[in-house]
Amino acid sequence: MESNTISTLYKQADLIRKMCIECIATFGVGHIGGSSSIIEFLTALYFKMANIDPNDPKNPDRDRIVLSKGHAAPGLYATLAARGYFDKKLLLTLNQNGTQLPSHADMLKVSGVDFTAGSLGQGISAAVGMAINAIMDRRKYHTFAIVGDGESQEGQVWEALMLAGSRHLHNFTVVIDNNKMQIDGMTADVCKVEPFESKLRAFRFKTYTIDGHDMEAIVDTIEKCKRSRMPTAIILNTIKGKGLKCCEGHYKSHSVNFTPEMFAAECTGGVLK
Amino acid sequence: MSELHNKEMRQVYVDNLIKYSKLDRRIVVLEADLMNCIGTGKFKEAFPRRFINCGIAESNMIGVAAGLASCGKLPFCSSFTPFATRRCYDQIAVSVGYTKQNVKIVGTDPGIMAQVNGGTHMSFEDVALMTQVPDMIVVEPCDCVCLDKLFPQILKCDKPMYIRLQRKKTPPIYDDNAKIDLFKANTVVDGDSLTIIACGIMVHRAIAASMALKNQGINARVIALHTYKPLDSETILNACRETGAVVVCENHHLIGGLGSEVAALLMQNDVLIPMTRVGIGDRYGEVGKEAYLAEIMHLTEQDIVEKAQQAYKRKLANI
Repeated sequence: MESNTISTLYKQADLIRKMCIECIATFGVGHIGGSSSIIEFLTALYFKMANIDPNDPKNPDRDRIVLSKGHAAPGLYATLAARGYFDKKLLLTLNQNGTQLPSHADMLKVSGVDFTAGSLGQGISAAVGMAINAIMDRRKYHTFAIVGDGESQEGQVWEALMLAGSRHLHNFTVVIDNNKMQIDGMTADVCKVEPFESKLRAFRFKTYTIDGHDMEAIVDTIEKCKRSRMPTAIILNTIKGKGLKCCEGHYKSHSVNFTPEMFAAECTGGVLK
Repeated sequence: MSELHNKEMRQVYVDNLIKYSKLDRRIVVLEADLMNCIGTGKFKEAFPRRFINCGIAESNMIGVAAGLASCGKLPFCSSFTPFATRRCYDQIAVSVGYTKQNVKIVGTDPGIMAQVNGGTHMSFEDVALMTQVPDMIVVEPCDCVCLDKLFPQILKCDKPMYIRLQRKKTPPIYDDNAKIDLFKANTVVDGDSLTIIACGIMVHRAIAASMALKNQGINARVIALHTYKPLDSETILNACRETGAVVVCENHHLIGGLGSEVAALLMQNDVLIPMTRVGIGDRYGEVGKEAYLAEIMHLTEQDIVEKAQQAYKRKLANI
């Protein structure tokens, strides 16, 4: 996978985005906005930068990736399926009764999910635990926690960051999906959580702010984080609903009702069936 | 008498942590700035790499523990009961319970044992909360021997667990020869007039009450119960069927506590016998020493005697 070039990663991200949309459209409703904003980042991680193996998903030395903003699970599931963790057709069962793919990322049901999340603020703490485990056991793996900007209104996020900074967890990277929107509107209008950079620096993190849809910048920055001697933060400037005509950049894209017509307008034919 | 009774319960807890950590490399200890109260500093000295002080951030402590457990560690997280449970309940429910992570949560100073820390530090609801988490095992040893004998069984049990502990010395209940099974309640006083089921600090009061009752010709059977969930239905049902009346005693709210569970168990099994309960009413805690708090919250030996007399009188009236 390391030979993946930037242009192939973009193509892969486009495919994953389509898979994600089709997966949500099949059920008719879902968290498309916050899934779409992190597709490029997930693609870069799972297809190039992270030390993972779909055939050995529990390897103790694998890099850990915790989607703390667990509602973006459709984006993660599409990425995992594309990467070969499970059959792509399973994506069509998202949220159906008795499904293996519940709306929020589930470690017990889905191969490749490193921790269950959905109750916001909790995944990042588990990720800090995983990073501490690596240091205790002198393992070389890196842990990434993907956190929403809205999610960062949860106090627990800052408790976790404080501990990671305090313990100098160089093997830990927090990734803020700064799509600037949450369910009730613009994050800045609901409850201001920015600026991230200065806050994270105060919490003893080395910070990088990049365009969250720029694959080259993502790859370069993950590389820097994996080599860092201190905890790192990547602030992704992203667009909620990225790549969807119907909801790009609109806060109401958090969870969207999808009609077959809307799906047809977004994609020319499905990629899963 | 066991030498363990000369120790404080926190010392027995930490001695066990250290003893078993020499062999069991999974064990790690997490604190939220109460290391010096709970005594885990000795563990930190022995295993500095396996000790994490999370600072005063219990929610994060539970999440970090869950992350460690997902990597194969066996975390013990401790705090005072309200901060180990209600403060971080959603974290326990989701990051530990829902994900089936083997995390042991230790709450000290349960109920009135928070004493002079007062109402803010008194949890009368922690057992009710924790038994509501699916698959959560909920345990409260009544003395140091009980804890010592339970500890290796706690390590072997691969389910999340809430362990309600006292910190200080406890009145002796068991001797070194006692057989204590994590999932079985123990009959500590035999009798056939009625059954007294007690847990935690109520066990020694129940034994004292049984002696007072004996002088009145009432032979109370006392069952010391250390595991609230799963409940040892067999021992409870047998005792209730054999004695025909029951008193349940707990250092916890009556609403949602052990008494409620025992009542439901009896009803479901058609054991329709007189029942009374000793426990804390619908109220908050307040500052005071144990004896004072037990008195105003009706948790004394005399309260048990009176409730036993009521149950026994009803039993006789029904015959």
